[in-house]
Amino acid sequence: MSADADLNAFITEARIEGSEEGPLAGRTVAVKDNISTEGVRTTCGSRMLESYVPPYDATVVSLLKAAGATIVGKANMDEFGMGTTTETSAFGPTLNPNDPERVAGGSSGGSAAAVATGAADLALGSDTGGSIRCPAAFCGVVGIKPTYGLVSRYGLVAYANSLEQIGPLASTVAEAAELLDVIAGPDERDATTREAGADSSYAAAADGDVDGLTIGVPQELIEGVDAGPDGSRSEDAARGAVHAGVRERFEGALAELEARGATLTEVSLPSLEYAVAAYYVIAMSEASSNLARYDGVRYGLPGGFEGNWNETFAAAREAGFGEEVKRRILLGTYALSAGYHEKYYSQAQEARAYVEQDFDRAFEAVDVLASPTMPVLPPKLGESLADPLRMYLIDANTVPVNLANLPAISVPAGDVDGLPVGLQLVGPAFGEETIIRAGSALA
Amino acid sequence: MSETAVDPAEVRHVAGLARVALDEESVEAFAAQFAEILEYFEALEEVPETEAEPELVNVMRPDEERDCLSQEAALANAPETEDGYFKGPRVS
Repeated sequence: MSADADLNAFITEARIEGSEEGPLAGRTVAVKDNISTEGVRTTCGSRMLESYVPPYDATVVSLLKAAGATIVGKANMDEFGMGTTTETSAFGPTLNPNDPERVAGGSSGGSAAAVATGAADLALGSDTGGSIRCPAAFCGVVGIKPTYGLVSRYGLVAYANSLEQIGPLASTVAEAAELLDVIAGPDERDATTREAGADSSYAAAADGDVDGLTIGVPQELIEGVDAGPDGSRSEDAARGAVHAGVRERFEGALAELEARGATLTEVSLPSLEYAVAAYYVIAMSEASSNLARYDGVRYGLPGGFEGNWNETFAAAREAGFGEEVKRRILLGTYALSAGYHEKYYSQAQEARAYVEQDFDRAFEAVDVLASPTMPVLPPKLGESLADPLRMYLIDANTVPVNLANLPAISVPAGDVDGLPVGLQLVGPAFGEETIIRAGSALA
Repeated sequence: MSETAVDPAEVRHVAGLARVALDEESVEAFAAQFAEILEYFEALEEVPETEAEPELVNVMRPDEERDCLSQEAALANAPETEDGYFKGPRVS
């Protein structure tokens, strides 16, 4: 459809037919372009892999085909998943279906836009620090980040492998849950997968029954209400303060859940003040190691044969990687280097344990935790790129979930002047049914 | 300012370790940004100590022969090959 071409949701349009029968027969799926598809190029949104054609399918792609789905294209994304707006894609940004002057969110921006415009019924994204939930919120669709280990990462091109999971995006919670049923479960090719999810029936949990559910609201994630009507006061934005309109929609969604029998309670997770710093140190450190493989010899943009191998590798990486990828590789290298490892990387691991423990404690008293998915409305194109730290800070509500390996869902919670707002519900490890049940009360 | 002032020489050093060539303009821009970002990361020094028990376990499998990529498929994405090998730049 033309709307889709205008929004730049796909890097590569393709048609990969699955089996004739199966739970997803007749359904179309957009697959994020960091998920390997045999014979169809998989670029990760990078010049480095512009002509890379995987010789095998990711496990999730094999599962999609066996379930009868038709893959309709490889969805646009921030380069290697590094971004919150899909603007770091070497193939240009994906535009927001609700306002083409704004970003679709990221890094799975193409996946979310494809679902929002109907270019695909369903989509797969990946979520390292919010990359499914953020674009779901900004595009007004549903996105699920599964518990770490629920879905195989075999064939997912690694960015920060201790944090990332593949997950579904769809128009409704029930459809996202159906797709999760297809991709969840153990895989001998990913040793971090568990038995959980083998015989799941997540779709059956989408019954909207929240009677008796206890919802905790972490006060740390809804601070800064006074950010002004346009939410643009820079000092508040710099602290990750919540936009007033977003806060209003968030409270409206909570009121609806309460009216349907849920109980609300305030909770406090003091560890969350360290989450963004811990997330970025860990993600950048893992990225610096994972992306060391791109030397232009076995695949990827070649560095030529001038000079020795250090010089040609450095030349290939200068030409193949965009600015944000270089920034993260360098900062990760710095955080792991002699003299700084203890100060940054070890302390970030300590913070990760602190965040995990904080969530464990919270789930002793509540069934799910709720927050706005994103503290802000979708930014205008170009607004976030100039100030990397400010872009990192808008991930404040999503990154804690990845640090703690937990499942979370983003569901539409209305809009502010036509721009969608997302509600995030976080569950305990392997508590997908609980967040799906709660989320399905709203979408 | 912070104790983590980052000068262009430090950016060049790290870029060398990471095998990423950078032009002068990028070096200057990164030096300024890194100072700000690293200063933000310094908050991690105040994280309280936590008794963490990692749930990690080793996952083993028997070392048995199984199907793998053919040589042709493994070389298909290489920019240069020679006699069934990847062709790389000289080592030194």
